[in-house]
Amino acid sequence: MSLSALRVAVIVFPGSNCDRDMMVAIEKLAGRRPALVWHKETSLDPVDLAIIPGGFSYGDYLRCGALAARAPIMEAVLDHAARGGAVMGVCNGFQILLETGLLPGVLVENAGLKYVCRNTCVEVVEGTASPFTEGLQAGQQMIIPVAHNEGNYFASDDELQRLEDNGQIAFRYAESSIIGPSNPNGAARDIAGIVSPNGRVMGMMPHPERAISPELGSADGATLLTACLEALAA
Amino acid sequence: MMQVIVNISLKHGVLDPQGRAIGRSLADLGFQEVGDVRVGKRITLDIDESDPARARQRVARMCEALLANTVIEDYEIELDDGGEA
Repeated sequence: MSLSALRVAVIVFPGSNCDRDMMVAIEKLAGRRPALVWHKETSLDPVDLAIIPGGFSYGDYLRCGALAARAPIMEAVLDHAARGGAVMGVCNGFQILLETGLLPGVLVENAGLKYVCRNTCVEVVEGTASPFTEGLQAGQQMIIPVAHNEGNYFASDDELQRLEDNGQIAFRYAESSIIGPSNPNGAARDIAGIVSPNGRVMGMMPHPERAISPELGSADGATLLTACLEALAA
Repeated sequence: MMQVIVNISLKHGVLDPQGRAIGRSLADLGFQEVGDVRVGKRITLDIDESDPARARQRVARMCEALLANTVIEDYEIELDDGGEA
């Protein structure tokens, strides 16, 4: 199928603030505007990709993503994922996916106790079988910004080892000569993004939708998103 | 009506950067005796329930469903009848 035939939905929660950026990015790259779906909806029209965008859903009350993960629409997103549907969560979207249990682990407060907003170098990890990485080269480095206070990936040692062994670590923060030191938040094993065991659900802290043209400082996010869209359309 | 208090704390072994910063700050203020500092959460619930055992069971389910993230957090339930979890 062509990219413009892909049906993409972006879920919108009260406090989402990257929903429109994501919509614009997907429309620019796929040629078709995604549907914005309000959190109170209880069903999701058939889609090829459901995206949980960044922001501060429900004001980050209780824990980041905790309340959004229990919002009415998430039942439908979980059903979509259970049928093998593709789901991508970025930043707060990643936090939400962890809170639903679709992905393992948790994102805790940055090791430096500060909100971090800067470019990072994101490296594609070898051996991940997922539509979110199959169009990218293992070891490929991309400059993509992060903007978060709770991006410090944590899981038990057993869980981390399982992620490594199953090829579920999709993206790591890496050293870069352009932007210097890597891991911005103390994340275990430099984890920037992971996928579910079947590879169809992916969560990442960096914001690819904020890096879709050189005028924004990097177009590497467009590379990542286009690779995902092409893999899902194939 | 019954009041139930849920105390949520980070599991042993989970880094608490906030607690560590507070500990450092207390040391700067001259409280050298302070060792490890851990920050938790206390949630107070008014519950329409008269049976303490049932209340405790329901609140435990609330903790598992939403109030605590059991990957990193432990919870304790206190009932105002003086009972302890």
